[in-house]
Amino acid sequence: MNIQEAKFQYLLRLGDSSLIIGHRLSEWCGHGPILEEDIALINIALDFVGNATSLLAYAGQIEGKGRDEDALAYLRDEREFRNLLITEQPNGDFASTIARQFLFDTYMFFLYEDLKNSKDETVAAIAVKSHKEITYHLRHATEWMLRLGDGTTESHERLQSGLNDLWMFTSEMFDMDEVDAMLIKEGFAPDLNKVKTAWEKRVKEVIAEATLQIPTSTFKQKGSKEGKHTEYLGFLLAEMQYVHREYPGAKW
Amino acid sequence: MIHTYSKEQIFKLLSEIPDPEIPVINIIELGILQDVKFEGDLCKVIITPTYTGCPAMRVIEDDIRIKLKEIGIENVKVELVFSPAWTTDWISDEAKEKLRAYGIAPPDHSSFDKQVLLGKSRELKCPQCGSTKTEMISQFGSTACKALYRCLDCKEPFDYFKCL
Repeated sequence: MNIQEAKFQYLLRLGDSSLIIGHRLSEWCGHGPILEEDIALINIALDFVGNATSLLAYAGQIEGKGRDEDALAYLRDEREFRNLLITEQPNGDFASTIARQFLFDTYMFFLYEDLKNSKDETVAAIAVKSHKEITYHLRHATEWMLRLGDGTTESHERLQSGLNDLWMFTSEMFDMDEVDAMLIKEGFAPDLNKVKTAWEKRVKEVIAEATLQIPTSTFKQKGSKEGKHTEYLGFLLAEMQYVHREYPGAKW
Repeated sequence: MIHTYSKEQIFKLLSEIPDPEIPVINIIELGILQDVKFEGDLCKVIITPTYTGCPAMRVIEDDIRIKLKEIGIENVKVELVFSPAWTTDWISDEAKEKLRAYGIAPPDHSSFDKQVLLGKSRELKCPQCGSTKTEMISQFGSTACKALYRCLDCKEPFDYFKCL
C-alpha cells in the first residue's frame, strides 16, 4: 500500500462513519419523542452528513479517479464501506439511540481534537470546523445519558440495555492497522491509543454519574476496516442509494 | 473577456444577497463572503460555511452566480474554504442589531459561552420584550445555527443564534 492509498482509506473511514450515522439519525425525522428532540436529532444528522460531504470530497480528490462525494456515497456497495460498525446499528428505542450517539460522539470528540493537529491542512481545517459542532452533539447526548440513566426505572433499564447491546462494537474504534501506522508516521492521523484513554475516562465518568453500569461483556465485534459489516448496513444503503441509482444525475 | 470590475465593486454587488434563512442580513454581514479574485476571465468567489451541513450554502452559491451574471460575469467558481473556521464573532455589531430587531437573539462573543461553561449564568435578553428572565428549551432550533429559548415574562418563544 502506498501513502496515497492509505490516505484514501483513512478518509473513507472517517467520512463513511459520519455519513452512515448521519443517515441513521435522519430516520428519526418525524418520529422524535417530542418536537424539540425531533429537531435536535435532525440538526445533528445534518452536521454529520455535512462533515461526510467534506471528507468524501477530499477522499475523491486524493484517489484521483474522478469520483466526487456523491459517487462515493451513492455508488459503492456494502463491502466497500469503511464506517465503524456502531454507526450502522439500528436506532432501536430513543434510549438505545442515545447510547449509540454518546459512545460514538465521545469517540469523535477526542479523535477530532487530535485531528485538528494533522499536518494535512485540509484534514486539520475540516477537524477544526467539525469539532465545534461535535461539542454540541456530545453535550446533547451526555445530558440525555444523565436524564435517562438517573430517571425512572424504565428509562434506566432501557438505556442500560442499549449500552449493553452496543458495547461489543466499541473496541474496534481504537484498532489500528497498516493504514494508521503509515499515517501516524506522516503526522496525518492521530494515535488511537491516546484517544482510547480519553474515551474510557469520559465514558466511565458519565456512566457512573448516570447511575448506570459499564457493560461486563468482553466479546468484541470488528470488521469495518476490511469492509465486513453487520447485516444492517445493506438495508440502510438500499434506502439511501435508491434514488441516486434509479435516476442517475437527478437534480432538485 | 477580461473584466474591469474591482474587488470592492463585486463585494458591493454581492452585499445585495441576503442569507436565505435570515433575510434581514446579507452574506457579508454574516461573515460568509471571504474574498473575490480574478484570474483572467474567471471570477473566484471564496465563501466559508457557517455549519458544514448548512443547506443554505448551495442556495448562496446559486445566488452568487445569478448576481454575477447580471453584470455579465459568467465564468464563476465558488470555492468553499473551511479554514479559518467561521465563527459568530465575524457577525458585525450592526448585523447583530438587525437580528435582534428581526426577533432572533444575537450571539454573544464566543468567549462568553466559555464563561457559561465555567458556571457563570447566561443573561440572554428576550428580543421581544428585553427581559433577561429567559430559559433554553433546546440547544437545537429551526436551523443548524440556532437554539430555541423562551421568555418567562412575555411567554414568547424565540431563536438564539448560538455561538460557534
